[in-house]
Amino acid sequence: MSKFVTLNGNQTIGEAARQIDPDVIAAYPITPSTAIVETIAKFKADGLISGEFVCPESEHSAMSLCIGAASAGGRVMTATASQGLALMWEMLYIAAGLRLPIVAAIANRSLSAPINIHGDHSDTMGARDSGWIQIYSENCQEAYDNFIQAFRIAEHLDVRTPVLVGLDGFIISHSMEVIQVEDDAEVKKFIGEYKSLYPLLDSKVKMTVGPIDFTDYYFEHKRNQLEGIENAPQVIEEVGKEFGKKFGREYGFFEGYRLDDAELCIVAMSSAAGTCKDAIDELRSEGKRVGLLKPRIFRPFPHQRISEALIKMKAVAVLDRSSSPGAFGAPLFTEIRSALYDYEERPKITNYVYGLGGRDIKIEHFKEVTDDLEKIAETGKVEKVYSYINLRE
Amino acid sequence: MKKESWKELTLGTINLDAGNSVKNLTGTWRSGKKPQFIEERCIQCFFCWLYCPHFAIEVDGDKVRGINYDYCTGCGICSVECPTKEKAIVMVKEEVKLFEERAK
Repeated sequence: MSKFVTLNGNQTIGEAARQIDPDVIAAYPITPSTAIVETIAKFKADGLISGEFVCPESEHSAMSLCIGAASAGGRVMTATASQGLALMWEMLYIAAGLRLPIVAAIANRSLSAPINIHGDHSDTMGARDSGWIQIYSENCQEAYDNFIQAFRIAEHLDVRTPVLVGLDGFIISHSMEVIQVEDDAEVKKFIGEYKSLYPLLDSKVKMTVGPIDFTDYYFEHKRNQLEGIENAPQVIEEVGKEFGKKFGREYGFFEGYRLDDAELCIVAMSSAAGTCKDAIDELRSEGKRVGLLKPRIFRPFPHQRISEALIKMKAVAVLDRSSSPGAFGAPLFTEIRSALYDYEERPKITNYVYGLGGRDIKIEHFKEVTDDLEKIAETGKVEKVYSYINLRE
Repeated sequence: MKKESWKELTLGTINLDAGNSVKNLTGTWRSGKKPQFIEERCIQCFFCWLYCPHFAIEVDGDKVRGINYDYCTGCGICSVECPTKEKAIVMVKEEVKLFEERAK
């Protein structure tokens, strides 16, 4: 039987980890993901987790350990945030290149300098070309549900690619919420048995993992690697539907909120989408036809699905919780703007950077964005392609 | 040696053909110099055999007999390490060939 319990975002990941009980969990605590590691450590000490729980000396070592354990043939997970993910950087690429289905929970946090412990997406956006599948969560329930699905997606034979699940640091990681926790046995049944294709511990097979490639093979191996993430959309869709059938909460590539008859659209990921929904309800009561598109999957980027949802809009505002210095807009914006290029009739589009270092975004800010969108729709002109929300000018 | 397309490669860079580096003739890397073995000066100390990074020193029973040019990269370590007063391995010039020619 599923039950309703009060947990914060970190505890929901810990709870999911206990239910999944991977063969190896290797993690180094870092704010705001520390409580994930603490929760798991307590479960291990209480005998509720049978897999190995390893505390290495750094995040680089944690991911290295995950790579070793996954190569050996185990189901593996970790958790980290911010500088921790940054320290894992070179190993992230290796995990993806070796097609190891490692799952990582990331309590999204800003990157130094200046040092800051609060939530934004700079950490995972920095890893967006590492080859990992990226899933973002709006609240604790989604973090729990996404984390369980992540194992099914990562381990699918057509995918075999690592997955990271983002939950906004503090806003989700430390906020208590009543969530529906599914039955242990049902979760185990849903994720099923994991079978490694080429376990290094199989002494009957002689093999080399990750040998050197020069100019003659590297390119072919990188192209071969892309197959996994390119096959992911179909698997993500199947798993999201199956999850819905089994547990009653279906997932797709994005969530649309009051989008069907909308003329103006705000695109926002993760926790800000929750606030945006309240703003949209208020704006709708004022007669403004505005909707929200909340991307859930950022890698592989569902360009076609998102374009089709946005194409009929008059104006679109893409809100990014990270910046990409020197680029033509922040990460989510450049993806969407590029995806819309092939359509002859396309909406006017503008980009806002918000919430860096945990800066609050409130209902009034979404209203300001909607005012801008109305103006753009009316005049057909985007005065500022790139601007900031709630920043002291 | 036929090279596979990306579709033919094993998932995750796994190499199931363990030991296939024997097919990689590192001797094609030599660029202008090769070691020459002078048997009568050799004291059979095996330093060259010990230091060679490519296992290119040919040994017959308990005697060093020469150099396997299929794998010798011409790095010269054997010659440097050779302890005899008049070195039993000396580096000599050789014609540099284009990679395609050398691989034949």
